[in-house]
Amino acid sequence: MSGELRLKKNVLSEQQMARILRRMAGEILEHNGGVEGLMLVGIRTRGVPMAEGLAAEIERSEGHKVPIGVLDITLYRDDLSVIAPQPVVKETRLPGPVENQTLVLCDDVLYTGRTIRAALDALTDYGRPKAVQLAVLVDRGHRELPIQADFVGRKIASDPDEVVEVRFVATDGEDKVMIMEPE
Amino acid sequence: MTQEGWSRKDLVGIADLSPQEIQLILDTAESFREVSERPIKKVPTLRGKTVVNLFFEPSTRTRSSFEIAEKRLSADSLNFSSSSSSLSKGESLIDTALNLQAMAPDLIVIRHSHPGVPHMLAARLPSGVINAGDGAHEHPTQALLDALTIVQHRGRLQGLKVSIVGDIEHSRVVRSNIHLLNKMGAEVTLAGPRTMMPVEVEKLGVKTVYTLDEAIEGADVIMMLRVQLERQSRMAFPSTREYFNLFGLTRERLKPAKRGVIIMHPGPMNRGVEIASDVADGPYSVILEQVANGVAVRMAVLYLLAGALQEAE
Amino acid sequence: MKLVVRGGRVVDPSQDLDGDLEILIEDGCIAQIDKKVKGVRGAEVYEAHGMVVSPGLIDMHVHLREPGQEYKETVRTGTLAAAAAGFTSVACMPNTAPVIDNRSITEHVMKEAKEAGFARVFPIGAVSKGQKGEEMAEIGEMVTAGAVAVSDDGFPVSNAELMRRALLYAQHYDIAVIQHAQDLDLSAGGVMNEGEWSTRLGLPGAPGSAEDVMVARDVLLAEDTGGRYHVAHLSTGRSLDMVRRAKAQGLAVTCEATPHHLLLTDEAVSESGFSTNTKMNPPLRSERDREALLNGLADGTIDAIASDHAPHHADEKDVEFSAAPFGIIGLETNLSVCLDRLVRPGIISLNRLVELFTVGPARVLNLPVGTLVPGAPGDLTVFDPNRPVTVRAKRFRSKARNTPFEGWRLRGRPVATILGGAVLARPKK
Repeated sequence: MSGELRLKKNVLSEQQMARILRRMAGEILEHNGGVEGLMLVGIRTRGVPMAEGLAAEIERSEGHKVPIGVLDITLYRDDLSVIAPQPVVKETRLPGPVENQTLVLCDDVLYTGRTIRAALDALTDYGRPKAVQLAVLVDRGHRELPIQADFVGRKIASDPDEVVEVRFVATDGEDKVMIMEPE
Repeated sequence: MTQEGWSRKDLVGIADLSPQEIQLILDTAESFREVSERPIKKVPTLRGKTVVNLFFEPSTRTRSSFEIAEKRLSADSLNFSSSSSSLSKGESLIDTALNLQAMAPDLIVIRHSHPGVPHMLAARLPSGVINAGDGAHEHPTQALLDALTIVQHRGRLQGLKVSIVGDIEHSRVVRSNIHLLNKMGAEVTLAGPRTMMPVEVEKLGVKTVYTLDEAIEGADVIMMLRVQLERQSRMAFPSTREYFNLFGLTRERLKPAKRGVIIMHPGPMNRGVEIASDVADGPYSVILEQVANGVAVRMAVLYLLAGALQEAE
Repeated sequence: MKLVVRGGRVVDPSQDLDGDLEILIEDGCIAQIDKKVKGVRGAEVYEAHGMVVSPGLIDMHVHLREPGQEYKETVRTGTLAAAAAGFTSVACMPNTAPVIDNRSITEHVMKEAKEAGFARVFPIGAVSKGQKGEEMAEIGEMVTAGAVAVSDDGFPVSNAELMRRALLYAQHYDIAVIQHAQDLDLSAGGVMNEGEWSTRLGLPGAPGSAEDVMVARDVLLAEDTGGRYHVAHLSTGRSLDMVRRAKAQGLAVTCEATPHHLLLTDEAVSESGFSTNTKMNPPLRSERDREALLNGLADGTIDAIASDHAPHHADEKDVEFSAAPFGIIGLETNLSVCLDRLVRPGIISLNRLVELFTVGPARVLNLPVGTLVPGAPGDLTVFDPNRPVTVRAKRFRSKARNTPFEGWRLRGRPVATILGGAVLARPKK
């Protein structure tokens, strides 16, 4: 990413994020009628702490630990030019077979939809789940593919040249969502 | 951006790589090992990319390894084999290369008996060029897969003692390994008949010894080289029996070895010449893991070069 | 027809001359050389202010490729290259097709040279018929036709008995036997110097000892026979030591070195990325050998600098390093490269350089040129030791482009070549 960015607007605070995750956890449980056969799959990097946050909320209300997987989609991207500057491929780790499981893909921001497209391809290579659902913390619009989320934390309006920055304690030391704009 | 990037379009040798670049390939290869363990051993990363495997020297294992790596990355690969060099065939190497270039391959994997041929192509062609062995010069992906194997067993390269034994003079594997191991902080000792030790090899930063026992003593890794029987036209040793007596690795001779030593061989082996079967198939041998790691390393190299080429567009 | 060259610094090591002198050439020969020459009425005048004027330079080791390999070079293009580069005389090697091993081929080369008229060509005849190393060639016949020495260059005289006989027989004609010193068993398969760099690059090496054992053998034979023995393109420190000792012993042993062996080492093969223009025979040697050669230049052990100008077609060189033919060209870089890399850093003096290109080779080959003594042929080279030049092979007059010096930025270049009193090349403004 070239050029400096500056803060345009704070979108979510720590408390708001916690509240949203709690609500989304509830929606996921309600939609699937409980935790049976449920698996959360976080897309690297920030889908992972989000999946962990959802799992913690589910455990609090149901007393049951939902298995969590980690998905690296680097090899499934449709644009190789993103490799050169940051080429390391990280491992994909699923907690068990995906057959007959309901997978909830978790990602921090839903934007063009290309990441989710790649994630669906990647999941296909691991087997045939019963269903795949999508949970995102922020939906910022500007889709380039026909992809919609099943569970959305917050819809926000943004310009394409802006960056929606999501921070998690696990990865960035704080829970926060901001919109950044070019200087 | 904390991660060191990759900007080369070619991998012609280890000699000009930085330790960071070597580490990046090894890290990437480590992730690619997982792909080969999946039920569906294929990812779409290089879909639509064309890779030409241009082999001017017979090679089954290296070519197969590259081919599997290409297929697992969904690249389209084309094999072009020729046992003759440009001299005997009438068409010059450059003409052959230009003809292939007209088919617009993204990457060319080349094996040739003459040192420097990959460098020549890399300088002339827009395609990425991967050296799959040029004469007795370099074989970078072999050294990388060796390193990956060592790291898996010993956890590191830094500070390890690695002994390489055999026909040093004719070995491209040894040259790439010397560069890689030196850059990554390992200590390299070479051993072999004096008639097969290239002159002034100590200037490459290695120690030389002339008995197998000295090579075994204290080594964390022992790498046995293939005796290239077909290249011994220059009176290097009188018979394979004498060679085996001096430098053949047997279980008996391994007795004083350090605990946890691993035995490697780039293949193909001459059983009973440089290595006895009970060692090759024995508990210290990691020879088959080397083969498995070869695919992961080659996937990593193809992936990184393809990324750099795309970036350059 | 008269020509006066004046205003320049005249350097003629054959007479220990170095000063502001005028030279009068009359009827193709040096007539006077003095502070102020007399009888100049009607003479053409060449002003050489700020220039150095030397006897016409001699390259005693070139391959003109004619007859037989005219696609690489011809007598005409080779001598044109010589003239453009300040060389008025060349001695050409006999490894042509057919070999210069008899009177008629010797005469053919001389005739071609005369017709071209760009430089004097002194053929070197073969030692053995067909350069096969078996039967002695008709040395006397070739000398009568104009040959100035014998050599099987391109190949060594491997057979010790043949060498012994040649050293004996050549004395009848007072000519040197020039040896391409190489033990073919020791060097077998080698495409570069055996050493650190051949080890690094995995290329088969030819050891320096392949040259040394041959020179050692030949020096013993020269001692036994009293013959005149000259080492072509000497490339190792040990061979040089043997020549030095032979000279001290009073033997008629001489040697030449090439600019590439004086200025490049085997590391160039790696640095150039396997450029086939770093491949020649003998190969570029180690830095230690190179330093020894520089000492040999300074202390007088080396008698001449010669290019071993070896033209090849571009297609022949544009192949795998190991498959490429040996050899590079040097006529058109000789002077500039030596002025900039030998004289400018003070390794040798300007006078010594002129000696190595004039009277030095003239003595080895008994040539009438290379001196400004009145009566000598009126050949002069005028050069500017400071004028900058960048080596661009595409501007060469030679047919070939195989130089390792491409792109070198140098100071010092020839500005005029005077052959038998005629100005062949003039300075470009």
